[in-house]
Amino acid sequence: MPSFLKALNSQVGRKVMTGITGVGLMFFLIGHLLGNLTIFGSPEAFNIYTKKLESLGPLLYLIEAGLAFFFLYHTILGISIWRNKKKARPGGYKKYQSKGGASHQSLASKSMIYTGIIIFVFLIIHLITFKFGATETVMLEGEQARDLRALVLDKFQNPLYTFGYTFVLLLFIFHLSHGFWSAFTSLGMKHGDFSKKMQMAAYAFGIILMVGFIFIPLYIYFTGGQGSLIAY
Amino acid sequence: MSKEMTIHLKYWKQDGPDARGYFEEYTLDNVNEHMSFLEMLDVLNEELMLKDKAPVEFDYDCREGICGSCNLVINGQAHGPKERVAACQLHMRNYSDGDHITIEPPRAAAFPVIKDLVVDRSAFDRIIEAGGYVSVKTGAAPEANSIPVEQEKANKAFDYATCIGCGACVAACPNASASLFTGAKIAHLNKLPQGEVERTNRVVNMVDQMKEEGFGDCSNYAECEAVCPVGISITAIAEMRKDYIKAVFKGD
Ligand code: SF4
Ligand code: FES
Repeated sequence: MPSFLKALNSQVGRKVMTGITGVGLMFFLIGHLLGNLTIFGSPEAFNIYTKKLESLGPLLYLIEAGLAFFFLYHTILGISIWRNKKKARPGGYKKYQSKGGASHQSLASKSMIYTGIIIFVFLIIHLITFKFGATETVMLEGEQARDLRALVLDKFQNPLYTFGYTFVLLLFIFHLSHGFWSAFTSLGMKHGDFSKKMQMAAYAFGIILMVGFIFIPLYIYFTGGQGSLIAY
Repeated sequence: MSKEMTIHLKYWKQDGPDARGYFEEYTLDNVNEHMSFLEMLDVLNEELMLKDKAPVEFDYDCREGICGSCNLVINGQAHGPKERVAACQLHMRNYSDGDHITIEPPRAAAFPVIKDLVVDRSAFDRIIEAGGYVSVKTGAAPEANSIPVEQEKANKAFDYATCIGCGACVAACPNASASLFTGAKIAHLNKLPQGEVERTNRVVNMVDQMKEEGFGDCSNYAECEAVCPVGISITAIAEMRKDYIKAVFKGD
């Protein structure tokens, strides 16, 4: 049958891969959130967690390379699908409106490319700030480590950073509200009830995840980093 | 007594595939509410011809929602405002006196305009030629009960088979994708034992042809399902993907 490469390039393959990479990234987000929540643990918990991650060495690089690949693949496909629509309909309609009903055309589904690009830019800033940002060093279990916790507590005192971060995460919910359901449809899972449940699950998943992510910066900001949930 | 209305029309005129198109406007005074949308266009054309002007070309055949020839985009919606209705079954009673109606052809690179509102949909024929058939020996009709078909599958296959190939799904899709049409045609045959034999080649070739013809990718907007005059569900698209994935990993 078709070579694997040709299949990946087919219109079905492109959509399936958008779905697979999207779902993969969602799983990553769950892990990311669980890690973030250690900020509410003992004073050392967060730094121990990040130190553990960094001590994975080559394994960490492998995971990072995988994530980067998923993220870039997802982005490139998204941009390519968006560009293709211009090719498939060079002259637009004078008048165009959705018929409603079964349609999933919504602000969320129509703005996937824009929310996606904003998330992409955000990711770069986010990596520069935290992954590659300069930190103090602390002694942990007799070894030197980055004091990421202090950096996080410091960054989220900055209103611009805090609210910018919150805003992008709200866009994320938006992106996921179409993306989650869409991914399962792309993977061929859609029949009656299942699809409706998936849409509900999409909202629930997006909201729970993002509330978790947004809570941390807002909590730090509004308590000036002195909140009782954070141990010193 | 039936109501008469004044309707302000704005419709696409284009002399040929490569000509530049433009909008023409015309106000029709005595539109009867019982007219179908196409009858209203007939009246328009009669008036135009009486004034020695060229009529506006549009596609139709059965005028009862079964042939799939009509495919006007009316006020930005394929087949007009009503759900599960083809343009030919749309009645003017859905409009009110003084309404403005814009009529455009389906716009897609794969559906070039032949003239005015008539587009060339032979891209669909080529998708069918790529695999939308079953190869059987013709001759004396075989005994009807020799191939048992599960009732539920037969029902589903029939649902997909109701696609009339109008192309409204392409017209309405923000990406101009032909996935609903192609998905329906694949699922219709793949559900049946007669279609089983060629299912792998069918899905791969038809999906390839769709791209070849220059249709866009599907983004799961489901606008196609909303405009489809026979209510084909995007489950057809999900099934096409499932079948395609299976075909890739089957490797024969
Ligand atoms: S799937 Fe529906 S809208 Fe598309 S061609 Fe068939 S009948 Fe027309
Ligand atoms: S003219 Fe046949 S379906 Fe409309």
